[in-house]
Amino acid sequence: MVEQLKATTLVSASNLTCIREERILFEELSFEITEGEIVQIEGPNGAGKTSLLRIIAGLSRPYAGNINFKGEDIIRCRDEYNDELLYLGHLAGVKSELTAEENLNFNLRLCGYDGFDTREILSKVNLSGFEEALAGHLSAGQHRRTALARLWHTNCKIWLLDEPFTAIDKKGVEELEHLFLAHAKRGGCVILTTHQDMGVISDDVLRKIRLDYRFV
Amino acid sequence: MWKWLHSYADPERAYKLSSNLLPWFATLAIAFIGIGTIWGLGFAPTDYQQGDSYRIIFIHVPAASMSMAAYMAMATCSFIGLVWQIKSADWAAASIAPIGAVITFIALITGSTWGKPMWGAWWVWDARLTSELVLLFLYLGIISLYASFEDKVLAARASGILALVGVINIPIIKYSVDWWSSLHQPSTIRITEKSTMSTDMLYPLLINIVGFGLMIAAITIVRFRSEILARNGMRPWVRELAKAEGVK
Amino acid sequence: MKKGISYTQAFGTVLKRDLQIAIRHRGDIFNPLLFFVLVVTLFPLAIGPEPQVLTRVAPGIIWVAALLASMLSLERLFKADYVDGSLEQMLLSPQPLPLMVLAKVLAHWILTGVPLILVAPLLAVLLHLDSNSYGALIATLALGTPVLSLLGAIGVALTVGLHKGGVLLSLLILPLYIPVLIFATSAIDAAGLNLPYDGQLAIIGAMLIGSLTLAPFAIGASLRVSTN
Repeated sequence: MVEQLKATTLVSASNLTCIREERILFEELSFEITEGEIVQIEGPNGAGKTSLLRIIAGLSRPYAGNINFKGEDIIRCRDEYNDELLYLGHLAGVKSELTAEENLNFNLRLCGYDGFDTREILSKVNLSGFEEALAGHLSAGQHRRTALARLWHTNCKIWLLDEPFTAIDKKGVEELEHLFLAHAKRGGCVILTTHQDMGVISDDVLRKIRLDYRFV
Repeated sequence: MWKWLHSYADPERAYKLSSNLLPWFATLAIAFIGIGTIWGLGFAPTDYQQGDSYRIIFIHVPAASMSMAAYMAMATCSFIGLVWQIKSADWAAASIAPIGAVITFIALITGSTWGKPMWGAWWVWDARLTSELVLLFLYLGIISLYASFEDKVLAARASGILALVGVINIPIIKYSVDWWSSLHQPSTIRITEKSTMSTDMLYPLLINIVGFGLMIAAITIVRFRSEILARNGMRPWVRELAKAEGVK
Repeated sequence: MKKGISYTQAFGTVLKRDLQIAIRHRGDIFNPLLFFVLVVTLFPLAIGPEPQVLTRVAPGIIWVAALLASMLSLERLFKADYVDGSLEQMLLSPQPLPLMVLAKVLAHWILTGVPLILVAPLLAVLLHLDSNSYGALIATLALGTPVLSLLGAIGVALTVGLHKGGVLLSLLILPLYIPVLIFATSAIDAAGLNLPYDGQLAIIGAMLIGSLTLAPFAIGASLRVSTN
C-alpha cells in the first residue's frame, strides 16, 4: 500500500460528466490512475464504459470536466499524451485489404517506431505462417490478434483496452493477462473493460471503477 | 471583462439575461422598422429614374446587409464556442443560422422583384444576387449539418467548423462582386465616400438597417432561450421553470 | 524499441498505404473516371451536336463534370478508415494529424484527380473545344482539382460519421467549389479568345496554396468531431 501511494499519477480525471443524446451517463466522476495499476471499468451495457474509455483516450470530449496527463489537460498536450498512449477500441483498426504484416507495420510506424521485426512480433500472437495472408481472410480471433500484436512492441505507459479479450481463446487471454501484469510491474498502467472473468489477474491486484446505468 | 462574460456562459444566467434583454430589443426593433418603413414608403421622394419601384430597397438593402452580418455573427459565436468551449455561444450560433437563412431569402426575393421592372426579368445572374444565393446555400448547409447530428454538442462543433470555412468564402464572394460587377446597381451606401443618395432616402434606409439588425437580435434571443431550455432539459432549474409555467 | 519516424516518413507511410489499398481495389479508381466520361457524353445528346454550341459550353461542361466526379469519389475518402477503426488510431498517433490528412488527400488526388486530367483532352475533342484552350484546360484542372479534393475533404470529414452522406455532402461542399469553377472556366474561355489567362490561373494557384495550408487543419478538426 505504501508503495502505491508513492507511485506517480499517470492519468487523472476530474469532474467528468458525459451526456449522450440528452441522457446523463455519469456525472462528477473523478479518479486517479497511477503507475503499476490495472483498472477495470465495469458496469452493465449502456452504462458508458466505452464512452469513458474514449474520453480518457481523448477521442471524445466530455460534456464537462477534463482528463489530465501528468497534471496537464490532455487537450493542451495531445502529442506528448499520444506518445504514451496505446488505445485499442471495439474496432480493431486493421485493414482487410492489407496483410497481417503490412497492418502491423503500418500501425507501428504510425506510432513512430522504426527498425522492428514484424515476423517476430506476429509470432508472439501465434500468427506465424499468416504474415502474408490478407487480414480480410483471417478469422475473427486472428484479426483481433493482428491488432493486439502492437502490445508486444510498445513503450507506451498507458494502455486503454476496450474489450481486449473478444474473440480470443482461453490460452490467448491468459497470455494477455500475463502481459498486463508485466506491463504494470514495469511502471505502466492498464485500463480495460471486459465482461470476461480474468483468471491470472486476481481481484486484489485489480482495481475497479464501477459505472451504473442511470435512469433519468 | 472576460470574467464577467464567462459568468454568462452558465446556461441559467444566460437564460435570465436574455429574458431581460428581449423586451428592449423587441420594442426598439418595432419602433425602428415602423419609422423607417413608413418614412421610406410614404414620405421619401420618388426616384427620378426608377419611379416608385426603387422603394423596395427599404427592405432589400437592410435584408442583404444583415444577411452577411448575421453570418459573421454566427461564425463569431461558433468560433468562441469551438475555441473556448462555451456552450452558450454554440447555442447562439445555432439560433442565428435559420434567421440568417430567412433574411438571405428575403434579400433574394426582394432583389429579384426589384429586378423585374429594372431589367425586365425575374432573375438575372448578376454578381450581387448570385453571391446572396451562394450565401443562402452556405446557410442551408450549416442548418442541415446541424440537424443531421443526433448529439447537439457535436452538431454545434461540426457546423461551427463549416461556418468558419464559409467565412473564408465570404471575402471571395465580395471579391466576385467587384470582378464581375455588371448589371446590378453600384453599391450606393459607402462609408468613406460621399453617398450618392439623397439624404431623404438615406435616413429611412439607415433606420431600417438598424431596425433589421435589432429585429434579428430579438428573434435570435427568442430562439436562444428555447435552445437553452431544449439543451438543458435534464437540469433541475429548467424543470422548476417548467413546473412554474404549469407544464407537466 | 526505437522511435525515429520523421514527418516525411510518416507522410510517406500513410501515402503508401492508401495507394496500396486502392491498387487492391481497382474499381474505386475507375468508377469516378467513368462517371466523368459518361456525364460529359450526355451533354451533346441533350443539347444537340452543333459544333459551335458545344465549343461555347465545353469548358463549363468539363469543369462541372470534373467537380461532380471529384465530389462523388471523395465520399469514400475516410469512410473505410472510419468503419474499421483505423481513423481512431490515426487520431491517437503522435504524428501530427494535419500531415497524415494531407497524405490521405494527396493519395486520393493521385488516384482520382490525375486520371481526370489525363482523360480531359479526349473529352475536349468530343466537345469541339477551341484548340487554343487545351493548355488552359489542363492547367486549370491541374491547379483546380487539388483544391476540390482539399475543400471536399472538409465536408467528407464532417459527414463521415453520419449515415446519410451523399446529398448532405453536396450541399456542404458545392458552394465552396463555386469560386474555383468560375475562375477555371473563365480562364479557358479567355484562352479560347486568345486573351491572357494567367491572372485566373494565379488566383486558382492562390486558392490551392490557401487550401493546402488551411484545409488540413479544418479536416483534422472535423475528423475529431466525427469520431467523437
